[in-house]
Amino acid sequence: MASAAAPSPKANMGAPAPRYDARLKVTGEARYPADVAVANPAFAVLVTSSIAKGRIERLDLDQARAVPGVLDILTYENTGELKPAKFGQGSSTSIQDLGPDIFQDGQIIAVVLADTFEAATEAAQSVKATYAAQAPSATFGSQGLNSEDAAKVSQQHEHLPEAGDAETAIGGADVTIDGHYGTPTQHHNPIELFATTCEWTADRLTVYEPSQFVYGLRNGVAQRLGIAPEKVRVASHYVGGAFGSKGTMTPRTAMIALAAKRLNRPVKLVATRDQGFTIATYRAETRHHIRLGARRDGKLVGYAHEGWEISSRSDPYVVAGVEDSAQLYAFGAVKTKVNVVHADRNTPGYMRSPPVVPYIFALESAMDEMAEKLGMDPIEFRRVNDTMTSPIENKPYSSRSLMACYDRAAEAFGWKRRNRLPGSMRDGEWLVGYGCATAVYPTHIGPAAARVRLMPNGDVRVQIAAHEIGNGVYTVLGQMAAERLGVGLSSVKVEVGDTRLPPAPVAGGSNTTASSCSAVLKTCDAIRAKLFHASVTANDGPLAGRNVEELTLTDGKVAASDGTGENLADVFKRLGMSTIEEYSEFVPDGLEPDAVADLYAGKLTMTGGPHGKKVMYAMGAELVEVHVHSQTCEIRVPRIVGAFAAGRLMNTRTVHSQYMGGMIWGISSALHEATEIDTRYARYVNDNLADYMVPVNADVKDVQVILVPEVDHDVNPAGVKGLGELANVGTAAAVANAVYHATGKRIHQLPIRIEKLL
Amino acid sequence: MRPFIYERAPSRNAAMQAVTAAVDTKASYLAGGTTLLDLMKLDVMRPQHVIDINALERTVHGRIELDRNGLRLGALVRMADAADHPDIQQQYPVIAQSLQLAASQQLRNMASLGGNVLQRTRCTYFRDVSYAACNKRNPGSGCAALDGFNRMHAVLGTSDHCIATYAGDFGHALIALDASIDLVGPDGTRTIPFAELHRLPSDTPDQETTLRPGELIVSFTVPAAPWTRRSLYLKVRDRQSYEFALASAAIALDQQDGTVRDVRIALGGISTVPWRAVEAETVLRGKAIDEDSVAAAADAAFVGAKGHGHNDFKVELGKRTLSRALQQAAALEI
Ligand SMILES: Cc1cc2nc3c(=O)[nH]c(=O)nc-3n(C[C@H](O)[C@H](O)[C@H](O)COP(=O)(O)OP(=O)(O)OC[C@H]3O[C@@H](n4cnc5c(N)ncnc54)[C@H](O)[C@@H]3O)c2cc1C
Ligand code: SF4
Repeated sequence: MASAAAPSPKANMGAPAPRYDARLKVTGEARYPADVAVANPAFAVLVTSSIAKGRIERLDLDQARAVPGVLDILTYENTGELKPAKFGQGSSTSIQDLGPDIFQDGQIIAVVLADTFEAATEAAQSVKATYAAQAPSATFGSQGLNSEDAAKVSQQHEHLPEAGDAETAIGGADVTIDGHYGTPTQHHNPIELFATTCEWTADRLTVYEPSQFVYGLRNGVAQRLGIAPEKVRVASHYVGGAFGSKGTMTPRTAMIALAAKRLNRPVKLVATRDQGFTIATYRAETRHHIRLGARRDGKLVGYAHEGWEISSRSDPYVVAGVEDSAQLYAFGAVKTKVNVVHADRNTPGYMRSPPVVPYIFALESAMDEMAEKLGMDPIEFRRVNDTMTSPIENKPYSSRSLMACYDRAAEAFGWKRRNRLPGSMRDGEWLVGYGCATAVYPTHIGPAAARVRLMPNGDVRVQIAAHEIGNGVYTVLGQMAAERLGVGLSSVKVEVGDTRLPPAPVAGGSNTTASSCSAVLKTCDAIRAKLFHASVTANDGPLAGRNVEELTLTDGKVAASDGTGENLADVFKRLGMSTIEEYSEFVPDGLEPDAVADLYAGKLTMTGGPHGKKVMYAMGAELVEVHVHSQTCEIRVPRIVGAFAAGRLMNTRTVHSQYMGGMIWGISSALHEATEIDTRYARYVNDNLADYMVPVNADVKDVQVILVPEVDHDVNPAGVKGLGELANVGTAAAVANAVYHATGKRIHQLPIRIEKLL
Repeated sequence: MRPFIYERAPSRNAAMQAVTAAVDTKASYLAGGTTLLDLMKLDVMRPQHVIDINALERTVHGRIELDRNGLRLGALVRMADAADHPDIQQQYPVIAQSLQLAASQQLRNMASLGGNVLQRTRCTYFRDVSYAACNKRNPGSGCAALDGFNRMHAVLGTSDHCIATYAGDFGHALIALDASIDLVGPDGTRTIPFAELHRLPSDTPDQETTLRPGELIVSFTVPAAPWTRRSLYLKVRDRQSYEFALASAAIALDQQDGTVRDVRIALGGISTVPWRAVEAETVLRGKAIDEDSVAAAADAAFVGAKGHGHNDFKVELGKRTLSRALQQAAALEI
């Protein structure tokens, strides 16, 4: 039955099958990595530095060692055997040592191991560190930062988008916008904390850790321990939220593995919430300078965007979202530049829609300002600049339904009622504003391998080391196999999240459905081919001599178009087999043939977005109503409507959920979320869930999701575009634009808080 | 978390005895635990002896009584029970609202009124022991918030030693309504005005209350008065629920023919202790509630207010919150 959460499928959309793991999760049956029972574990508690820069002068462990039950304490003095792993190749950071040099706030300086969690906690609180501290550089505006051109330090971003002569185009434009924008530090704060359990059996290590890339973690840990990757198994069957924070190996994993080896006993770590702010990654704060030029009729002629991104002192982490923003409209000439700004901080990392969230906030704010300056409706302004050809190298879009999204959203929202004048709409004591912005996300795809087994009774098992991070991958892969093998979804058992299974890419860049479904599809088709071949080549069978092309596999039967069919069990008998199992590797167009071999070694290459012959993006339109109190300036969002198109949708329920959650996160980015930094010490201040603001139910009122049908045969065999990171893009700009419409105040720096409107 | 002795007190006397016996070993009463246990886990509070008083809930400590003379609230009444009480909602709306708008339903179900007024500040430097400088946690160590990140901090009642906000809501309703507080201690019982419970930080921010060692809060008494029905609590915050105030106002208004006969005002989110705005009350008495009078009252309330950077906006926001609350109170249909 259709409901808001499970919309009826339209063209090119799959059924809203309930999530396989939904019941398991709400009943507590789903076992997250920290829930896995190991025999007689020791408990680890981390001690982290309270300075961001300097050196440990003395570590006094006497009091900690004296706590009854304490077994061992790892420090820089006894962990020298851990080998470094290179940043950017699986490791989240180069800051991997427990000291004595300190490069960031909250660097791990000791791991206390004890018989109980309580003893380990008490002992960790009793470790006394004395430092020789130096003045750190915290963030933009601090002394001592060093800035580098991203194109020079990041291979990935060597060639940033460029088209024509933007300076001349903007200089000669009828109307121009010149604005500065900023986004704050954000932390992922998944509900599931950063946990690791390590267990050795002889020389083999098992790591239970929530991971978005089990093969990457396996190979990374092996490297740090100096052992063969084959000796390591990583198991991560459920992940309790990740948003990118569990995509790369953090330093803790190797430490816990080493601890378990020293103790000859399994070791379990569940880091605390505040430690999560410093022992993993975060979305770095960014700054932007945008210039736009347009003709009087609204046609854009030039776009210049320079970005600045904070990173750690050691690593050039950079997202360079201009690669995507430059593709968005018919800009005419384009000029882009990105700077990595090094500070004394932990290394940032992927966080849901890493490149586009900050860069599209800036661009879509500027677009609204331009529309206003032109006296145009902001949706009509985007229509004038809509295009099926990217301004960069004039590549065609594989498909693009942006304006269809705007039209559907505008109708549902009642955009017509908008009075263009800022401050003109009111509801009692509240100022009312309507705003809009574009959501966009590059369609990525990577290599993947899958093993699928079909039994004569129609039971299917799918094995692939994809990752269930709340994305519904168990269900969606099951749906793909059920469809291709003609069985019911309940007959399919899906196994993911384990290096015992064939590899899949990181659950990042929203590639999972595209890559893994394509691999599963290919493998199922190999099984189909085997069955069809057996049916048509058997002399005595009902389908003997038929053309394979006319056969289908449905309801446990190989069937021809005229209705003639043969039961699966009979085909199996003819083949003389009790089971058919196929393994296949899927390598998308544009990648090297050995991409899967690399994946086994933990190395991932992906393609898509702007990189292929056609540019591939999922898009959407978000329309927001905000209310701002006329006296005290509280900002509320009573209503948000988003319409999105992303190729084939495998399951309208999981898609709806991703979009709804995305928009809620977008509201959070607009109004709530920011990690505050004490700039004197380069330390995070609000490192807990009471002070790190996210919206609660009362802040989220009416969220409407519209699924716009779209067909795209170019993106990948499965025809799907990644969409998990689509709907949280643009939302913050839509809210900021609505706040402007309500109050006449442009807020260029997120989050938008009361004090900015007083 | 450090090891500690946990003891359940079956009666008031047992509680008192346990505390007296443990006076040298840093004893602490435990009610709902939503302040105490949090701060123990954070290593901020380190009692060696924890005496659970929840068994007293069955006695006068757990009762709500309302009569012609006023309202009596036992210290072990849960926030949710007082917030949901229909008579309190009707006759003392400011009390019910200050509780209803605090914390979350789960916390309100656990947390007691006694514990609520004794909740500690949310100053992040106080709550994070890795910061050395905090005069409240560690007397004489300095104050990390003065030049640090102090957006949530106070602008009234501050000192050079501490600018931490008193984070509670209920306390402001109590101080507005001239409540008193009944105490029992090793040396017997006494009753003091609620306004005398909390101390300004001055140069001893670690000493937060005037409670004597081992003293237990029994109940709060709110006298009946003509202004309690026309009362409200307005809370302005970064999100719509489950968040402390950036600024709040507790208003109780007695007006006749559009003129203020009497008014009680307290301000939250901006002060170091529950804050009665007596000057604002004086400005308003005998006047009509209109734009000019509320603006004058707001200015009077914030004379001497001082921001420390990130929280500078709280002066203006506090004034606007007070103005809005006064106008809302005047417009109430009762
Ligand atoms: C996430 C979060 C959000 C919150 N939001 C708000 C909010 O918006 N507004 C708000 O007002 N509060 C808020 N609070 C605070 C909460 O209301 C208090 O923690 C709670 O009221 C304390 O009551 P308790 O019974 O749990 O106290 P406990 O934690 O049990 O005790 C607190 C202190 O009081 C002492 N004590 C308790 N009872 C007595 C007594 N009868 N006599 C003497 N001493 C006693 C204890 O020894 C202890 O020192 C929030 C708390 C949390 C954790
Ligand atoms: S404001 Fe008070 S509680 Fe906060 S750091 Fe300063 S002294 Fe400590």
